[in-house]
Amino acid sequence: MTIDVKDSVFNAVPDADGRFGVYGGKFVAETLMSALAELEAVYRKLSVDPDFQQELDEDLAHYVGRPSPLYEAKRWSASIGGARIFLKREDLNHTGAHKVNNTVGQALLAKHMGKPRVIAETGAGQHGVATATIAARLGLKCQVFMGEEDVRRQALNVYRMKLLGADVIPVTSGSRTLKDAMNEAMRDWVTNVDDTFYIIGTVAGPHPYPMLVRDFQCVIGREARRQSQAQTGKLPDALVACVGGGSNAIGLFHPFLGDESVAMYGVEAGGHGIASNQHAAPLTAGTPGVLHGNRTYLMQDADGQIMHTHSVSAGLDYPGVGPEHAWLKDLGRVNYVVANDDEALRAFHTLTRVEGIMPALESSHALAYAEKLAAGMTPDQVIVVNLSGRGDKDIHTVAQIDGIQF
Amino acid sequence: MSRIAGRFQQLAQQGRKALIPYVVAGDPGLDVTVPLMHRMVACGADIIELGVPFSDPMSEGPVLQLGHERALANGTTLRTVLAMVEEFRQQDQDTPVLLMGYANPVVHMGYAKFADAAAAVGLDALLTVDIPPEEVAPLNAELQRVGMDNIFLVAPTTPAERIQRITDTASGFIYYVSLKGVTGAGHLDVADVAHHLGLIRDRSNLPVAVGFGIKDAASAAAVASVADGVVVGSALVNTMARAIDDGGDHETAMAAAVALLTEIRQGIDNSAS
Repeated sequence: MTIDVKDSVFNAVPDADGRFGVYGGKFVAETLMSALAELEAVYRKLSVDPDFQQELDEDLAHYVGRPSPLYEAKRWSASIGGARIFLKREDLNHTGAHKVNNTVGQALLAKHMGKPRVIAETGAGQHGVATATIAARLGLKCQVFMGEEDVRRQALNVYRMKLLGADVIPVTSGSRTLKDAMNEAMRDWVTNVDDTFYIIGTVAGPHPYPMLVRDFQCVIGREARRQSQAQTGKLPDALVACVGGGSNAIGLFHPFLGDESVAMYGVEAGGHGIASNQHAAPLTAGTPGVLHGNRTYLMQDADGQIMHTHSVSAGLDYPGVGPEHAWLKDLGRVNYVVANDDEALRAFHTLTRVEGIMPALESSHALAYAEKLAAGMTPDQVIVVNLSGRGDKDIHTVAQIDGIQF
Repeated sequence: MSRIAGRFQQLAQQGRKALIPYVVAGDPGLDVTVPLMHRMVACGADIIELGVPFSDPMSEGPVLQLGHERALANGTTLRTVLAMVEEFRQQDQDTPVLLMGYANPVVHMGYAKFADAAAAVGLDALLTVDIPPEEVAPLNAELQRVGMDNIFLVAPTTPAERIQRITDTASGFIYYVSLKGVTGAGHLDVADVAHHLGLIRDRSNLPVAVGFGIKDAASAAAVASVADGVVVGSALVNTMARAIDDGGDHETAMAAAVALLTEIRQGIDNSAS
């Protein structure tokens, strides 16, 4: 009964105004307000339409390749000597990350709304690739905004997007990373709002994006719940996922929020360490504010200017976080912790060598924390880590850090 | 009556249209803004709009993005902008001044603290690009407490029924965004502007100023023929940036801005007569 009550709390957000407690909302320029209202109306209608759901489920099964396996990392678990660690293999999805769960859903919305053009922002390039992919399949024109710094460090994904027929537009303003790409995507959307659908890649942005991206990503947690019960006979004791904007984390966590026995850890990018101020951990070291359409925790200075962030992983290099995470932090339902660059890099190498699975640097932050967590637990306990993406895109970054020239 | 309402009433009696220049506070230099404000008033500005620079100016085109970046590099903050207004008020108690910016610096300062500080320095109004009526109630309560106007945008995409909601929340004047796009874009359609101003006027007696995409005397004159006021921003900021790029100093930049504004004033006055 307690669980039902809690479920109803977690399923009641966002409210009609798009708020998760005091977070979320719609902080955008007037030009976009009617587009957001239209999107919300279409989504509320289609999300309960069995035909739409069937179309989505078929795409997830036959195009994305779901369900993704829940893999027990036995050798890695044994080497740590604590809990059994299972990996939710989102890296095995088509395009190599969890991002595609959401782009498939939003692209179907675009199709139903008759929008011939989609735009996206991207950091690591995974969301850009996932958007370019689904645009190619549906015959939609696609432009992807990407910070110049990220274009440099994710050259492989840039080329993938171009091969898929998308235009990649390097963004040279501000810090030239994900937040600036999002600014530029917003500017494009304001200008082309009539024919363009903005596919936001994370659970941030103005309402209804945090809600609909969460809903599309919840397939991760729903599967993990079933798989955990089937493979271990119980729910996991702990869930671990990395948090940049927070879409893979909310996707894993949300279907478990009402299960009090399941502990949850969202791992932010500690960069060079919280004390260095060079990190991307707004939940750990930031304060509430308003950016990119929502009220949430931000990395900001004493005058309310957004600070530059640092993370070895482009996908976590963002000064804000989805508003639902801000709410879950204040509620104390999810523990938000950090893993630094060097810890993530060690975890990248460990998993590659011990399990033959090369994780994305984003996901490596979750692995780094899971290793610490598992060590303090027992072999009858189960941790599920969201392996949100594969590491091929990061090989250049890792090689450079290791001093290797190609 | 607020200073802004009084100014529009006075202009209406004279059969003139409001010229509302926008500059980014602290661009091209911290020492430029207050003298420039006085000189803009001297060449015909009726209301001064100061941009509060923000690290992520999502509605600005390239020209104003650079303006915001320069102003931040010069050390401009919301506090220094309020200090500029205070300094301006020492010599000019008549010209309304409004701040235009983004939510976060004001959110971070706190709405009540901002309202108190703004009222103390003689600021007249605030326009936050990314705080629509849906989110504005707590801010509006504070602005109303100190008698400040809250200016809202109406866009070409704003449905007619929503215009009412905005005009019910707004005071001072309505700022109509002349195009779908960012500041400084170039596809102004005056007939379309006139149509939308009609929709606004059907629902409100507030004066309507038009901005985004007005860059010279001709476009200002065209807009002034249908609006109560004309906002000129990117063109001024660009003119000053070009003057500096060409090797000029702050004085040269101010002179260039004043020359452009003088032409625009003449364009507006000729169109109205």
